Amino acid sequence: MIPLLRLAGALLIPILAFFVLWATFDFLRDAEANRLLVVGVAILVGVGGVFFLYWGMDRVVSLLPERYREGVRPYIFVGPALVILAVFLIYPVINTILTSLKDAQGESFVGLDNFKFVFTDESMLRAIRNTFGWIVIVPLFGVAIGLAFATLADRLHRGEALAKSMIFLPMAISFAGASITWKLIYDFRPAAFGSNIGLLNGIMLGLGQEPVRWLDIHPWNNLFLMVIMVWMQTGFAMVVLSAAIKAIPDEILEAARIDGASELQVFRRIIVPSILPTIAVVTTYMVINAMKVFDIVFVMGSPETRGTEVIAERMIDWFFINNHDGRGAAIAVILFIAIVPVMIVNIRRFREEEMIR
Amino acid sequence: MSTTTVPPATRPIPIRGSGLEPRGGGWFVRIAVLVIVILWLIPSLGVLITSFRPESLVDSTGWWTALLHPFRATEWTLENYRQALDAGGLGNAFLNSLAVAIPATVIPIAIAAFAAYAFSWMEFRGRYLMFIGVVALLVVPLQMALIPILRLYNHGAVIGGYYVFPDLDLVGTFLGIWLAHTGFGLPLAVYLLRNYIGSLPSSIVESAKIDGADHFTIFWRLIIPLSVPALAAFAIFQFLWVWNDLLVAYVFLGGTRQNRVLTIALANLVGGRGENWQLLTAAAFISMSLPLLVFFALQKYFVRGLTAGAVKG
Repeated sequence: MIPLLRLAGALLIPILAFFVLWATFDFLRDAEANRLLVVGVAILVGVGGVFFLYWGMDRVVSLLPERYREGVRPYIFVGPALVILAVFLIYPVINTILTSLKDAQGESFVGLDNFKFVFTDESMLRAIRNTFGWIVIVPLFGVAIGLAFATLADRLHRGEALAKSMIFLPMAISFAGASITWKLIYDFRPAAFGSNIGLLNGIMLGLGQEPVRWLDIHPWNNLFLMVIMVWMQTGFAMVVLSAAIKAIPDEILEAARIDGASELQVFRRIIVPSILPTIAVVTTYMVINAMKVFDIVFVMGSPETRGTEVIAERMIDWFFINNHDGRGAAIAVILFIAIVPVMIVNIRRFREEEMIR
Repeated sequence: MSTTTVPPATRPIPIRGSGLEPRGGGWFVRIAVLVIVILWLIPSLGVLITSFRPESLVDSTGWWTALLHPFRATEWTLENYRQALDAGGLGNAFLNSLAVAIPATVIPIAIAAFAAYAFSWMEFRGRYLMFIGVVALLVVPLQMALIPILRLYNHGAVIGGYYVFPDLDLVGTFLGIWLAHTGFGLPLAVYLLRNYIGSLPSSIVESAKIDGADHFTIFWRLIIPLSVPALAAFAIFQFLWVWNDLLVAYVFLGGTRQNRVLTIALANLVGGRGENWQLLTAAAFISMSLPLLVFFALQKYFVRGLTAGAVKG
């Protein structure tokens, strides 16, 4: 009886609430209403709906006989999260693994053919190599610059918040916006097609050099694209590391200084070891992000002719442009497998933290 | 759950500048900070300046040349912003972005907060395993999930002739994209909030229980108000992510003029108008304005909340 009730609580009520929401939207879609009104109603329904869902479920649980109540309630709290994760993440993972064993239309099974393709296709191999470069270089520079800046800004008497905000600024820019931003840096025009409006070539011309097609010089163009991601993500690393540095007790730092330690020694022997766990978290996060990088490469244009492919970009290419579901899915599976070691490290670290608690 | 854990929010931040000043600071520090800040600002500065320059000048001279004569009236114009808002249809796209981003920020936070509370303070079977499962899902690449979910939205899921997931026709609806963003944002949200909520002192929860409060009341009256820094930190994060997302919006909401969000309108400007830098840059700044506002408004929470769980000092 109890397991049945739990199941009902965890599954049926969220599903019921979902259908109420869905019916509202079906109505909204058909209504030729003023856009502002539609948007307003949508926001209200969306925000209000989720709170109403939990409140309603809790009321329903309270109606249950007393001895079942506390057994069911936890599942009410975690139920919606688990349902959504099952639909939006677990189901796709299983589905993708199955699709990776099928043909272009995803109809008949072809065994491991798609994986054979993935590891023989030249463009794909280049993508794997490039992605490897991304996961090494982007976190390395992001964390190093972020740490250096956080340490330096910590010593400013005034303007620390302002300086940090300036570094964080690029986080607020979309990849589409960032691509426009960086085209104004890398833009190239041959001599006959007007003056160069890209900053780098402006500098080259100012120095009396020929303008350069920055994004066409392989393999350096990969590095130029990585610069964009470093630019966007250093702010995140810096903010998190800065908070960690501020949490180091002042007495320790001052004691070291009184004992005659140089600033560099304080940094290497005290600051870095104290915030090592945070550095690990930030690095992990940036490695995962670099592994999944897609937008920058895609929006900056023609990765295949430039040799700047990355794994996630290949996947989108095979899914949406070449319409070969099997190959796209196989690349997705490779990406997933590549991320598994990072995941294991993450879980191990988490378990250690649990022990300390 | 040790009773000695101190909530990070209440830990006093040491005040600098009282005793000994760091040696070797001074000019070197100031110059180094200034150099990095300038390097970081240059790209954005290019966009800002270009967005205020007339079309003819944008195409013929580099944006940095405007700095040579900043007070010449012919160098500057507001025309680009007017055109981008008008012709680009950015006004409508701005509204759509709001309709996507606000619920897609609130819904995952609400769901994750309930789950995080249950994982921290409720006793039930499989609690640890479920939580590890959620953390493990952090690594699923978003791109991997797009196609299966798109199929699910379009055709439902059929096993043995029965619908296990009904054909709801969710593509092109706000609900469809909210749920997708919720699914993709949930693992990080649960992870961060669980770290924070789990580190609140258990004495608070225990005494509330003794006073007869049920879980729902404890959660609503105690845990939520105490978790504001963590909630706000994740809110900024999720909002920036949803607002700036192009891929999910494109797949689930589509690029029609009525439905499209700001990033799609921006991408269309890039594609459709070739190198109309002055419009592109103006549009880029319009799309950046709200995230910047949100960030500066909630900045103090961001630092405190995000690191609360991860940083043990």
